[in-house]
Amino acid sequence: MTTTTNASPSRWERLRDSYMWYSFKRDRTAQLCLAVFIFMVIAAFAAPLIAPTNPYDLAQIDIMSSELPPFWIDGADDRYALGTDAQGRDLWSIVLYGTRVSLLIGFGAVFLQSLLGVTFGLMAGYLGGRVDTLLMRLADIQLSFSTLMVAIVVGALVKATMGSAFYSQYAVMMLILIIGLAEWPQYARTVRASVLAEKNKEYVDAARVMGLRSKRIMFRHVLPNTLSPIFVISTVQIANAIISEAALSFLGLGMPETHPSLGSLIKSGFDYIQSGSWWITLIPGAVLVVLVLSINLLGDWLRDVMNPRLYKG
Amino acid sequence: MALLDVNNLDVRFALRHGDVHALRDISFSLERGERLGIVGESGAGKSVAAFSLLNLIAKPGFIAGGSVTFDGQVLNRLSERGLRKVRGNRISMIFQDPMMTLNPVLSIGEQMVECLKAHRRIASKEARAIALDKLQQVQIPSPETRLDQYPHELSGGMRQRIIIAIALLLDPDIIIADEPTTALDVTIQAEIMALLLDLCEQHNVGLILITHDLGVVSQVTQRMLVMYAGRVIEQGPTREIINDPQHPYTQGLINALPQMATPGEKLNQIRGSMPSLSNLPSGCAFHPRCDFINRADGQPRPACTQQVPGFVESGNCQVACHMVAEMLEDRRLKEETL
Amino acid sequence: MSAPAQTLNVPPTQNEESADSLLQIRDLKKRFSLSGDFLEQLRFKGGKLVRHQEHVHAINGVNLDIKRGEALCVVGESGCGKSTVARTVMGLLTPSEGEIRYDGNRIDNLSSRQLLPYRKRMQMIFQNPYASLNPRMTIQQTLEEPLRLHHPDWKRAQIVDKVEDVMHSVGIDPDWGMRFGHEFSGGQRQRIAIARALAVDPEFIVADEPISALDVSIQAQVLNLLMEAQQARNLTYLFITHDLAVVEHFGTRVAVMYLGTVCEIASTATLFDKPRHPYTQALLSAIPRLKDDRPQHIRLTGEVPTPVNLPSGCVFHGRCPHANTRCKQEIPVLQTQNDGTRVACHAVEEGRL
Repeated sequence: MTTTTNASPSRWERLRDSYMWYSFKRDRTAQLCLAVFIFMVIAAFAAPLIAPTNPYDLAQIDIMSSELPPFWIDGADDRYALGTDAQGRDLWSIVLYGTRVSLLIGFGAVFLQSLLGVTFGLMAGYLGGRVDTLLMRLADIQLSFSTLMVAIVVGALVKATMGSAFYSQYAVMMLILIIGLAEWPQYARTVRASVLAEKNKEYVDAARVMGLRSKRIMFRHVLPNTLSPIFVISTVQIANAIISEAALSFLGLGMPETHPSLGSLIKSGFDYIQSGSWWITLIPGAVLVVLVLSINLLGDWLRDVMNPRLYKG
Repeated sequence: MALLDVNNLDVRFALRHGDVHALRDISFSLERGERLGIVGESGAGKSVAAFSLLNLIAKPGFIAGGSVTFDGQVLNRLSERGLRKVRGNRISMIFQDPMMTLNPVLSIGEQMVECLKAHRRIASKEARAIALDKLQQVQIPSPETRLDQYPHELSGGMRQRIIIAIALLLDPDIIIADEPTTALDVTIQAEIMALLLDLCEQHNVGLILITHDLGVVSQVTQRMLVMYAGRVIEQGPTREIINDPQHPYTQGLINALPQMATPGEKLNQIRGSMPSLSNLPSGCAFHPRCDFINRADGQPRPACTQQVPGFVESGNCQVACHMVAEMLEDRRLKEETL
Repeated sequence: MSAPAQTLNVPPTQNEESADSLLQIRDLKKRFSLSGDFLEQLRFKGGKLVRHQEHVHAINGVNLDIKRGEALCVVGESGCGKSTVARTVMGLLTPSEGEIRYDGNRIDNLSSRQLLPYRKRMQMIFQNPYASLNPRMTIQQTLEEPLRLHHPDWKRAQIVDKVEDVMHSVGIDPDWGMRFGHEFSGGQRQRIAIARALAVDPEFIVADEPISALDVSIQAQVLNLLMEAQQARNLTYLFITHDLAVVEHFGTRVAVMYLGTVCEIASTATLFDKPRHPYTQALLSAIPRLKDDRPQHIRLTGEVPTPVNLPSGCVFHGRCPHANTRCKQEIPVLQTQNDGTRVACHAVEEGRL
């Protein structure tokens, strides 16, 4: 405890002194993963600037140059460094765009999950009693539907009422909605557990004695103290959401081929593995694996750092 | 040679901001059957001292210097195997939280028999008889049934009695008790302390009692050490220190007790708080909180802020304080001139 | 102790209901259910589905009056219900039975909105300074929050001034406002917690073991601070503690609790001079004093019974050296002695003690 110095440290100084920064400086894996992750995010969102072609623009697609191999294999075309897919789209460009779609869905779904999960978890944990029972049973019911079921049901409903053209047009939104709805209980449970632990601490009693309303206590006092587990679970959930999206797309329930994500790219190339054009599937597959792995490893590191029992002892 | 001899013990913790000196230059000894109290506030290093005696400090802590000699053996040079022969057998420990010692999934009897068998070649039946005898010694009602109970079925006071019974199981020479009654209620605490005192006297067992409670120390121990910020600052016979403390910190600690003040009037407080071990003040670690760092002429005593005080003999006590040293020196000069 | 005290058999409710009582607690009971929700309560008994409920009887009929300007200390060992009394008074728990009056008005059945004006007048200090400050809020934010709530009309400068004021009064440097609680030592945190309670200028403070988590030298500092605040602001305290030495120093009157009931109430001097109830006597004799070498404390037999199945009669009879058959059957009530002490004990009433 440093109580001798009077000046209060700035935010930057706090970060520099923190255990998180200390542990990050010593953890090569975390550094590498963060670098890979940041690189992929920047590359994906800068896709229109980096990518040599625009795969959404039908005018730029040349069906004659389909299934060209990547540069290290004989027969490669100089224009297409990573080769082309079955429709003649530049694989490098389409992987960049596909990663962007996957990340967008991942982040969007996690945002929706956390919005629902944190609100419900906070209410269940803090208010307790019937609210708790009701919300947690709801979460149990939700968990007993798999993501796939939700996708099929929502997909069928939307397609039936709005038509499949509408569905493909708003596929990104739909997937965010499906994955967000299907996986909020993870958040709700984590948040509820840490709210239950925080709720019994004396600072919450102090806030009640002060006369604060429940809403303010929940959001101003309890919520900020449950952020660490929310943060940790978020990394895992982003990775999960990206995988869910890939799985749904692979099954044909996700992104259409005209607007491919990593999952639908893998799917579209899957038919050509036997015919020797393995790169159409394997390159987006490798990108997906690297992306998810780096997020998961970052999540592991974050969990170790944020679990106070591990270092405060 | 005393039964236990601690010489210049030095314990550090390797932390990310560098080594933290948890114990500096601790020296004391314990005779057979003697009861010694180690007193200090949290952060003074008294628990570290207890753990380092049996080389039980967990990483990142380590003994950086000095020695602990027990019955001719230097404990901090012994192998883990050699230490195990001493731990629990000749020196046993009692912790604040009984659940640190008791295994929740084994019955009391199983734990006691296991402990006996680990150190002695003994038949189970015989071991059980010894366990029963020890439970009777700690005055547990219906000891036979207790042997088959599990720790969670017992109350806090009962568990602490069991812990004492386990500590006595192998007829040790020394018991180290780290805040044995802090978690208990006053009436139970009084009973447990009285029991511990009786048993130590009966069996001629030495006791090292680590506590923050001066009242308990004054009632149980014969000699005491007062610790502050990792150092011993005063040691001597308990009665003498309690009745006539020399070190300003000891004085402050005793005078701060509500029972020393007139009801309703201001308590004699020590200002400030214990410094953190990683950021100790220069010189005497107590000087920022000390009311006596100024000399008679109003000037601060330079030694207090610059130099770590060594021990001076005052009566039967040893005190690490520049002011006390100066006063003793003055008195000696006066006596010489007379 | 042996002199038979004259007992005046006046029901407590009429006796102590004086105008200078700031807080009155009447027949307060609090039970906590152990049985979970409705589905978990259902049991099969003799072929029938029965609803089975188990309760912890934390407090069983407590009557207390706190007079304006006094410090009423409630002492007892863990599980005696003293903290439950404090939390019920502050509205953190709702009583199962009984009523609480503040300044003559019932407050135990008010909604949180109706309670708001009382929140400004009564505040609480908690035991653990490491848990009572929100770790994500700066000291400034912590201290401003109650002011913003209770003085919505105040300007920013006014609030900042008040915060600085109250920080000065508890001996914290106002420059520390931008720091977080974990940067401070236990004693400093407790000062901040006291500042938070004092910020709205309350007249009544419930202190639930405010110094038991602190070191000896810091305890004295905090106790002095509480006493200074009492004098400077004319505060009334309900002080919960297990430490009788603190009570002797701090309290105007003392209530001794055992297993959810009050067994003795007296002025501090009287209680320490002449404890009447056998439990009080044992409690007093157990304080480790510096001065005596070999204390002769009264050894109690047995353990505190669980508050789930309360013993019949006097709750203390199982451990009491003076218990007889009447003690096992009849619950003693508080009776006023001729020196004003009120004791709930058959032995005292019969003059056996």
